[in-house]
Amino acid sequence: MSERDERPTRTGGTDILAELEAEVAHELEDHRPPAGGPAYQVAGALVTLAVGVTGAVLAYGYGLGTLRRPGAGLWPFVISTLIVALSLVLLVIGRKLEDSERFTRTSLLILVGGASLVAFATLLPTIGFEIPALVLCALWLKVLGGESWRSTVLVSVGTVAAFYLLFLYGLRIPLPHLL
Amino acid sequence: MEAFLDGFAVVTEPNNLLYCLVGVLIGMLIGVLPGLGPSATMAILLPLVINVDPVAAIIMLAGIYYGAQYGGTITSVLLRIPGEASSVVTVFDGFAMAKQGKAGTALGIAAIGSFVGATVSIVALSLSAPLVAGWALDFGPPEYAALALLGVLLVATIGSGHPVKALVAASIGLLLATVGSDSFTNAERFTFDSMQLGDGLDFVVVAMGLFGVGEILYNLEERYGKPHVPAVVSNIWPSRKDLKQSSGAIGRGSAIGFVLGVLPGGGAVMSSLAAYATEKRISKTPERFGRGAVEGVAAPETANNAAATSSFIPLLTLGIPANASMAMLFAALLVLGVRPGPQLLEERPDLFWGVVNSMYIGNLLLLILSIPLVGVFVRILRVRPAIMAPITALITVLGAYSLNNSTFDVFVMIVFGVIGYLMKKTGFEPGPMVLAFVLGAILEDSVRRSLLIFDGDPTGFATRPISGTILALFLLVAVLPIVGALRRRLRTADTTPDSEQNREDSLR
Repeated sequence: MSERDERPTRTGGTDILAELEAEVAHELEDHRPPAGGPAYQVAGALVTLAVGVTGAVLAYGYGLGTLRRPGAGLWPFVISTLIVALSLVLLVIGRKLEDSERFTRTSLLILVGGASLVAFATLLPTIGFEIPALVLCALWLKVLGGESWRSTVLVSVGTVAAFYLLFLYGLRIPLPHLL
Repeated sequence: MEAFLDGFAVVTEPNNLLYCLVGVLIGMLIGVLPGLGPSATMAILLPLVINVDPVAAIIMLAGIYYGAQYGGTITSVLLRIPGEASSVVTVFDGFAMAKQGKAGTALGIAAIGSFVGATVSIVALSLSAPLVAGWALDFGPPEYAALALLGVLLVATIGSGHPVKALVAASIGLLLATVGSDSFTNAERFTFDSMQLGDGLDFVVVAMGLFGVGEILYNLEERYGKPHVPAVVSNIWPSRKDLKQSSGAIGRGSAIGFVLGVLPGGGAVMSSLAAYATEKRISKTPERFGRGAVEGVAAPETANNAAATSSFIPLLTLGIPANASMAMLFAALLVLGVRPGPQLLEERPDLFWGVVNSMYIGNLLLLILSIPLVGVFVRILRVRPAIMAPITALITVLGAYSLNNSTFDVFVMIVFGVIGYLMKKTGFEPGPMVLAFVLGAILEDSVRRSLLIFDGDPTGFATRPISGTILALFLLVAVLPIVGALRRRLRTADTTPDSEQNREDSLR
């Protein structure tokens, strides 16, 4: 930062803004994994391309109609074509972008976290929210968060008790519950 | 005028005051805690407030949004961690001031600047919103189509992230909005014979997934470095010299924030950057910036609050949300059965003026609270992210379930949460997608109605004066960056041989 400050201020208006943005990005980067390479960029663009192509094919099937009498598929077809075009642009110009993040070993935590949310939602209507919520809290605190057993137990029990009061009595939202 | 005063009567109802207070406190809290942003918080809390009276709910959600602007400052100054994106530039001079033992002054100036910026902006909003709404009452489908299109484009191109990626995300948002039965022909689109998808994707569920669950999952992965020790806060009241030094910055910050906040995609982040850059450019001593210049704190903090306030104008007068947080308020209004748009001022003056005037009260509360509560918020910083994660995850899932007592909704939300996480990993912003998704139905509806009006002739959009002007702006916004990029490319092609020439010259 000091290097930039010592330079004479010949930089014009937009350049200061661009410099700031770069600095801001750097500032936020500190806590995140390193950028993924071109493979990440190409994969992203290919996924959006596939979405666009699928959308266009399906929309074509719904009937395009005419401009005077637009069919159900006209609007989604136009949007899908736009997605395809933009994805192709991205494939060409986006290979060297550095705004992606590499997947690391800690990314596996996301799988555990996501799966636990699905399990929670499945159990909720059948056995009420208390036990699944307790288990979810404990899992996230102990396994995903690396908390001590003491704080795991305290926070889990406290959270479930607080939510019980908040939802059932405070907000009067009828959640499925055991007690 | 009478409606304006009635608005104050609405705000001062104890119930509404309480929701205003709760809103700004939650806003400040999530502003202090890095991780969840205001749009994610608004998405997560939406299902909980829809049982409340609409006016109170909107007052509270609005409070979360502008309260977060205050809270974000505290961590920027004390820890060098911006709590919110809009406080990132405050880090440079705020933390430098803290190192010099002037953390209190920085926070005090930021709070005063925030209050002034927001108040100036609310006054300007109160004066200009009725004019804009009155003008927009004549808008027909073509004008709305053009306006929504411009909104989506501006959000995609001005916001953070690569513009092409943002446009891809926005287009996918528009496509997602078409899922369900078509309102004109009743044909099923992209439902894959699923009963639950017949009514389309619920935007509250989608937003909760992309913003809420997406951010929760993204933060799970984050490994914080060594814990930061907050700087000691003393002597919060800025000296007369500090105030005098920063008064210009506060004035300019208010103006910059108000103007940029109105523009779609502008909002708090952009205006804080612009205000900081302006101060540095016009300063006689630019070398002080980054080393504890009080203007470097005053300008961005004033601007982000002014912008947070003025970004309500397009939402409340035109029914077009200007940024992701406003899209959440838009969704909240729709869920509560209120259609935002120019008719809002006529039909629901209580809601319009209640919300606008609640911002005076809310900002006053924030000014009064933020200074004595700094110590409390510093202590909250010691709460580890690992403890916050399961609590927010539970609120989100229980909230989504309570919308329709449906497990399907929760699954849709989790799917969008994973999509939101993957988008963040590959550099796509979820913001433009949510905004486009919210505007998608209006856009399609308006385009198709317009085509009926024009008897299938699309040139009709260009020949109507207002929609034509908006479309011309649209073209300008779309084409200018491409021209700029080409010119830059040409210029670098020009300068490369030039610099070689110079080197040869110097060798000789």
